[in-house]
Amino acid sequence: MSMLWVDKYRPKELSALDYHIQQAEELKNLVEHSDFPHLLVYGPSGAGKKTRIMCILKELFGPGVERLKMEPITVTTPSNKKVEIMTVNSNYHIEINPSDVGIYDRVVVMDLIKNIAQTQQIGMTGNQRDFKVVLLTEVDNLTKDAQHALRRTMEKYSANCRLILCATSLSPVIPAIQSRCLPIRVAAPSVSEIATILQSTCEKEDLELRPELAEQIATAVNGNLRRALLICEVYKMEHGDLSEQVGEPLPIPEPDWKVFVVQTASLITSEQSIENLMAVRERLYELLSNGIPPEIVLKELLTALLMKCDKHIIPQVLREAALYEYRMTQGNKHIVHLEAFVTKFMCLYQRHLKSLMQGF
Amino acid sequence: MHSFLKSGKLGEAGSSNSPTSGSAKKRLKKLQWVEKYRPKTVEDVVEQKDVVAVLKECISGADLPNMLFYGPPGTGKTSTILAAAHQLFGDLYKDRILELNASDERGIQVIRDKIKTFSQLTVCSARADGNPCPALKIIILDEADAMTQAAQAALRRTMEKETKTTRFCLLCNYVSRIIEPLTSRCTKFRFKPLNQSFILERLQAICKQEKVLVAENILNVLVQESGGDMRRAITALQSCANLQGKNSHITLENVYEVLTVVPEKWVANFLDLCRKRTDIKQIIQFINELEQQAYPTHKIFEQLNVLLIESDTISEPLKAEIGEYLAESSFRSTCSRADFTHLLDFAVHTQEILTVDPEARKWEQQENAKCTIIQGLV
Repeated sequence: MSMLWVDKYRPKELSALDYHIQQAEELKNLVEHSDFPHLLVYGPSGAGKKTRIMCILKELFGPGVERLKMEPITVTTPSNKKVEIMTVNSNYHIEINPSDVGIYDRVVVMDLIKNIAQTQQIGMTGNQRDFKVVLLTEVDNLTKDAQHALRRTMEKYSANCRLILCATSLSPVIPAIQSRCLPIRVAAPSVSEIATILQSTCEKEDLELRPELAEQIATAVNGNLRRALLICEVYKMEHGDLSEQVGEPLPIPEPDWKVFVVQTASLITSEQSIENLMAVRERLYELLSNGIPPEIVLKELLTALLMKCDKHIIPQVLREAALYEYRMTQGNKHIVHLEAFVTKFMCLYQRHLKSLMQGF
Repeated sequence: MHSFLKSGKLGEAGSSNSPTSGSAKKRLKKLQWVEKYRPKTVEDVVEQKDVVAVLKECISGADLPNMLFYGPPGTGKTSTILAAAHQLFGDLYKDRILELNASDERGIQVIRDKIKTFSQLTVCSARADGNPCPALKIIILDEADAMTQAAQAALRRTMEKETKTTRFCLLCNYVSRIIEPLTSRCTKFRFKPLNQSFILERLQAICKQEKVLVAENILNVLVQESGGDMRRAITALQSCANLQGKNSHITLENVYEVLTVVPEKWVANFLDLCRKRTDIKQIIQFINELEQQAYPTHKIFEQLNVLLIESDTISEPLKAEIGEYLAESSFRSTCSRADFTHLLDFAVHTQEILTVDPEARKWEQQENAKCTIIQGLV
């Protein structure tokens, strides 16, 4: 069976984890304890949050958690609108991403989770726990309303159900929820850790990976282990051999959209005019319509622009970026704020160029 | 609604001699410590003297006012009213209390139907065993600041009309979010953040009972970092104990990790970076590394704030200026997932404030202000 390496070699047990070993031991202690708290797992993407969660679940309930099925569930909002949400569940746990339904996430949290939480687990045998686990992903995307709805649910039904929350950033999670969970920080693996994992994965595949290449990939991925494994696999597909240097040292391919953003940045600095702004708009639309989250677009655009502009205007550019980024979270139309930022940048940039000209 | 009011969290207190006591005890073992060590009587509530005095009076027979409890989380608002209710009503608890919180639907419709019907019921002034008990019902509205304005407004008249049979108790973190007409109908009690010595005392008692091994100084750190929030302190203690497993000491790292404290070194480095004229690329790299460590941004800002205020080398006016930026960046970062932008913004600005001559900065600001009116691209 052909599987991606990422999935094929994903550790299935806490003892099999490759890094944060101390933490893994502590988690094992936690699972063995009769009293299991709510968890809040956070860390950058590709650091292994989900892997750890699945390991914990397996330790808790045994191999039964790996038999998953998808099931759509319909909930009715107070205004009688029906919204459907996908859930992934096993006999022991259910995984939901409430932010899928946008502003109706509160209803999902209130109805669905409460329903699950109220039903008691029956027919326990042997090592089985008498609670179910609700796994909520992307909690940092939940509206404040939904988060408030969650807080008392967590306390009240702790006899029947435990929540495992998963987030990339902790700051949008309200303090009330944070104080009810045990935070588990999953930091990104270091460069050497990634390199070691790449080596061991290749060994399992009966391939030889030259250390420089491993190092090169590990440095390029910014702590994202998933991407590292994917790149490594792509390399193997393209070149067939990882042990010998084939011609020139090959550059690590950047994702297409990143290249696209950098090109957009140079377009912005090349000319500041209304026509150019229109061209930028089209490019921004293309990025958004391809599903790149707007905050990522802004971040990458900002980084690319900062590399190109004079240090005198950097503070001002950043101030504006932070402002538009904030507004973007408040509003619904992201493109407006992205464009406003681009326009603002053009203004600042052009004015700075002019003042330089006058200096001569 | 009544049926799931209490899922056994405090019910054990009264049911010790009932036939189900065996199973109750079994469940008690698995309770979270926060629930297990919730004060059972009003006298057990620490620190909040005013409200305890009033409630004591009520338990001994005086009339109960409508109440509004407000204060930061973990100061005992819910605990106090639940303890009082148990003392007042004992076994009748389930019939006499309606507890609604933000996880229940609390729109205007619920106020009209559920609360109104509940409050219109008359109750008897004696318990089943003949003991007297106040002829009252209490409606507890937890997290009242999350109620809509309309729902709050709908409460006004209900509150007055049913005073004969019903008392309201509103619990919230921010009293400013409760509309004026409601606050004026209630006796307000402010719950102060708990004194650290009280928390320490309580934690020590728990440690003794649960046989947790922890050094005195580590317990002190835990109390300090929890900032007057009893729930946070107890949860943290339990988490540490669970993570460590039986028979091993809780370490300082455990406490820091559980309370999501950012190691001193990162925060100090952050500020150091801002003090020098570091290149933007270096700052970006530093913040990227910080992000990969996944420390929560709001915590970074919080600790930077403390570090700034305590710093001897930065002059007061500059501190004020940085503080303003810090407040704004910190607020913005709680709204969005893009912590990077806000951290970078703050870093660069702090750097400017600390390294550039104030006169030059003023001039630059004026220049930049001119650009806020978009001058039209040519």
